[in-house]
Amino acid sequence: MTTALKEWPLWEVFVRSKQGLEHKHCGSLHAADAAQALEMARDVYTRRQEGVSIWVVESKAITASNPDEKGELFDPAADKIYRHPTFYEIPEEVGHM
Amino acid sequence: MYTQSFNVPDAPGGKTVPLAPSTEDPALQAAFDARIDADGRIEPQDWMPEAYRRTLVRQISQHAHSEIVGMLPEGNWISRAPSLKRKAILIAKVQDEGGHGLYLYSAAETLGTSRDQMLEGLHSGRAKYSSIFNYPTLTWADVGVIGWLVDGAAIMNQIPLCRCSYGPYARAMVRVCKEESFHQRQGYEALLVMMQGTAEQKAMVQDAVNRWWWKCLAMFGPPDADSPNSAQGMRWGIKRISNDDLRQKFVDATVPQAKVLGVTLPDPDLKWNEERQHHDYGQIDWNEFWETVNGNGPCNKERLATRVKAYNDGEWVRDAALAHARKQQQRKMKEAA
Ligand SMILES: [Fe+2]
Ligand SMILES: [Fe+2]
Repeated sequence: MTTALKEWPLWEVFVRSKQGLEHKHCGSLHAADAAQALEMARDVYTRRQEGVSIWVVESKAITASNPDEKGELFDPAADKIYRHPTFYEIPEEVGHM
Repeated sequence: MYTQSFNVPDAPGGKTVPLAPSTEDPALQAAFDARIDADGRIEPQDWMPEAYRRTLVRQISQHAHSEIVGMLPEGNWISRAPSLKRKAILIAKVQDEGGHGLYLYSAAETLGTSRDQMLEGLHSGRAKYSSIFNYPTLTWADVGVIGWLVDGAAIMNQIPLCRCSYGPYARAMVRVCKEESFHQRQGYEALLVMMQGTAEQKAMVQDAVNRWWWKCLAMFGPPDADSPNSAQGMRWGIKRISNDDLRQKFVDATVPQAKVLGVTLPDPDLKWNEERQHHDYGQIDWNEFWETVNGNGPCNKERLATRVKAYNDGEWVRDAALAHARKQQQRKMKEAA
């Protein structure tokens, strides 16, 4: 068996810090399967009650945007300032809107 | 906890230092430099010069190795802790160090190296780890002094790394630093208790301080003047504060703590310098430091042998977990079919 086949796969760990908040990415770890990944994530990332819920997902299952395409993907939003409330001037007497 | 600075030697200068000549694509290099100059962050998928990548892999993996080798000298005392309370605290600390190793290995893996490759480097003796762990923990007071001084020195080193230009390393450091404060405080408090004890217990604390003090000063790495390649780490935003400046901060912070504790730091030249508004301190024995780095410290062989044995003894567990995972997967596929 080669080394590559013997290494446990990599998992990304997401933790919900408290009820009502979203799960947030907090790190990664190696584990043989999902159940073990959950157990290890509990031991490594929630030793001080940092979480009430954990998600694990195999790293290879994540599709990420390509940094080389950052311009095409995100720049079009830059000139659409009319999407922000501050673009619009409202008479002061209207008060908070 | 524990990084040592000598893997990225260091010099004054910061951003005025020119980049090392590069054979990289000039446009990509320019974009990278601009981002570094703007104090921006580099993320795993971003383009980066090969030398930057190599330096980070070396530094982060050495740092990770230091965390897990650092579990050994203290781990020796878990079964001999003087009370159940101290035992629970020590287990928690040693477990934290294991976690720190994991955060750091994960950060290094984002640069394209594998966990197995890094462990192979450590186990073959090729990769370095912090030399401080190549000294023995002779008494229970050593455990307290490690928490107070060794973790204390590590904290000084690690706080600026939270602003490191490489995102995953910086984030790992934020997590580590949050956990370190308990390490230092539990050690200091354990010593405070001993200092209220018998004459013999007080002497034990003083003896441990005497043996660890100079080694802790050396943890910050060689003096700035002897760190020729150093400017590069600063230029890249990997290192933020020079070895000597960190060492000075550590001395200045520790002197009043030693006074409260009631121990003497073993340096006749240690005194307040009104003009510099810092403490002066004596000469560090760099020959001894390099001897230990190069494998000739009192515990180098023992530490490495313990690590290798633990890894080899655990092989059947790793294999069994994989075999179990495969079997489960096959069963699921069969059920689905
Ligand atoms: Fe640590
Ligand atoms: Fe620590």
